[in-house]
Amino acid sequence: MSSRLRGRDILHGQDDDAQSSQAQPGAALSPAQQNLTRVFEQNRHKQQKQNGAKAPEQAPEASTKGKPRLLLMGQRRSGKSSISSVVFHKLPPSETLFLESTARIQKDSMPSFMDFQVWDFPGQIDIFENPTFDIDAMFGEIGALIWVIDAQDDYMEAVARLNVTILNLQRSYPNIKIEVFIHKVDGLSDDYKLDIQRDITIRIQDELSDHGFENAPVTFHLTSIYNHSIFEAFSKVIQKLIPRLGILEAMLTNLCRTCRFEKAYLFDVLSKIYIATDSAPADMASYEICSDYIDVIIDVTEVYGGWQRSPRYRENLEGPPWNQKLEDQVATNWAESCMVLSDGNKPIMLREVDKYLALVAIMKEDSYDKMPLVNMNVEVVVQGLKDFFEITKSK
Amino acid sequence: MADMESSTSMGMTGDVRSEVKKPKKKKVLLMGKSGSGKSSMRSIIFSNYIARDTRRLGATIDIDLSHVKFLGNLTLNLWDCGGQEAFMENYLSQQRVHVFSNVGVLIYVFDIESRDVDRDMATYVSIISAMTQFSPTAKIYVLIHKMDLISLHAREAVFVDRVRLVRQKTSEFIQAAGYTAELDLIPFATSIWDQSLYKAWASIIHDLVPNLSVIESQLGSLGVLIEAEELLLFERTSFLVVSSWTSEEGQGNPTGDRQERISNILKHFKQSISRFTGTPRNAEQFTLMEHKAGSRFSMFACKFTTNTYLMVVLPPGEARFNSAKLNCQIARESFKFLDGPGPVSGQAQSLSS
Repeated sequence: MSSRLRGRDILHGQDDDAQSSQAQPGAALSPAQQNLTRVFEQNRHKQQKQNGAKAPEQAPEASTKGKPRLLLMGQRRSGKSSISSVVFHKLPPSETLFLESTARIQKDSMPSFMDFQVWDFPGQIDIFENPTFDIDAMFGEIGALIWVIDAQDDYMEAVARLNVTILNLQRSYPNIKIEVFIHKVDGLSDDYKLDIQRDITIRIQDELSDHGFENAPVTFHLTSIYNHSIFEAFSKVIQKLIPRLGILEAMLTNLCRTCRFEKAYLFDVLSKIYIATDSAPADMASYEICSDYIDVIIDVTEVYGGWQRSPRYRENLEGPPWNQKLEDQVATNWAESCMVLSDGNKPIMLREVDKYLALVAIMKEDSYDKMPLVNMNVEVVVQGLKDFFEITKSK
Repeated sequence: MADMESSTSMGMTGDVRSEVKKPKKKKVLLMGKSGSGKSSMRSIIFSNYIARDTRRLGATIDIDLSHVKFLGNLTLNLWDCGGQEAFMENYLSQQRVHVFSNVGVLIYVFDIESRDVDRDMATYVSIISAMTQFSPTAKIYVLIHKMDLISLHAREAVFVDRVRLVRQKTSEFIQAAGYTAELDLIPFATSIWDQSLYKAWASIIHDLVPNLSVIESQLGSLGVLIEAEELLLFERTSFLVVSSWTSEEGQGNPTGDRQERISNILKHFKQSISRFTGTPRNAEQFTLMEHKAGSRFSMFACKFTTNTYLMVVLPPGEARFNSAKLNCQIARESFKFLDGPGPVSGQAQSLSS
């Protein structure tokens, strides 16, 4: 795995080729071609899983243990597979029209800061009616259940099924967090969106309290794959799975206060989900600009960081007048970036935390001159973040 | 009637301008069949539209005249000619002299998905014949457009085939007309959905910029002095690459289309910024961007002269980075001529480092 913000590692040069070619928005890949790559990837994943199941020394249970699991459920054609493709496989939203309906449970493992799994359920199967499903294995280690409801469709049946599912699960697994994505809300007016959300919320809560569950852990999100709302919703879901999130947030809040940042996000670079932010109210606009900035850095790095310079060139650079190894000439070995906007001279800064995470912050007006100081502070916080993840890592 | 009015007014402004300014302001004609994507590409390149937004554009009626300011002293006199047949006939008959005289560049756009290729070619040939009559020295660019609709592996073949057909029609016409001079076509495969559009337009613009050799040699000496791997000089609003310089080592970069890609990336991000700040799309959006990718490379892009941005790709190293940034600020003086009109006085001066 190579760093997406710094370019290829020298040792593992030819890693994630397929992924990076999918990730560039302007790449000259036709829809058909992209589809092919994706199908190929999917098949490869499936095959790997089958092989994994066959190989005696590697029991599938062992590899899935301890990883938080996100279950995507909902009516058929409500957009579950589209969501997981857009968020975790960087499929352009317009391409999701061509996705086939999911026939069996699709398990994806996300190599990320906390290695979570995404299970995409086919909508037509009712797992509680079907005795072949091992309910305990499925929900035993679950992180969150995401229920997708198509807001542009008649949602009565979806709500009814969700209620049944919640009631079934609440008895045996009361700790499950249930997240309802009211999906496909692009194109709906703001008033109508809120009406739908209110309607669905009331229907579910009434039903649950009728059965004696007050304050069930159900959260609602309005989402669409055509804007950043789906990433925002996933961010909120993932944040609930992070142990001691409060400490992370406190660190970022502290950083914001010390360096006068307007807003700081800790991003998962691959999925553009933010796993923590400071205590200032999060708004969509600042999230969008930070997430787009990561894209710019990834794309630029792909152009200039993806190839090996010749050894002679390197020797020259390390020779006089510098007389230092390149590693010693740089201030930090992690990617560090900054852009000053014309509007109010506001800088946006980015700092790579580790292979998966990056810290992106919007700074205060005219604070570019303080950049060296800011960088030092950020360095300290990044070290703190690394320690945090080291400590909270599941053993 | 509208034709008459617009043509007279155009004539007037043309006359007035030619008195005030130098006579070098030649026309850039954008032609092609209706619906082939002329106005879409113009909006993307010069008005900061994104590809999605071009759906909102309606058909161009008659000629859409725009003066695009480019690099301060260069004004492109861009004529976006509506492509419906009635208009085409009008250009070729009543407005023939008016449209085709004093043309610097003709950009002819072919729609790759066109159903009636023969007819397209017939129109094309009549346009070419008018061109040879009134502006025989004009450069001719042929853009084979909407290439994204062709599947990736067939693209090259389809493009080569279509270009061959265009060339064949052109040479047939030349022979039939007994025309002596060579007609040189420059073909490009383009699509508004990827960076190919930037490649075509960057090369068109490249040919229109005066004193390009001076810019290039100055960029070269700057690049050597600051030990850069690559320098790209962008125009401010369109973010097209006006000029570039690449070091010997930098030429090893396997990404051949990097200039267009960077144009595309930065332009897209400009739009994100304009959404974030609420400033107009055409306004200046950022003054500086820097990225240090550990011990692999570092780069910065900064406002350079009033009308340009400079992007510098450097080998890693903090000291190298900072001195390069300072040196680029000093070098700004030697590139001032890009902004103002008038003859070039400053030669590549030695830059103190």
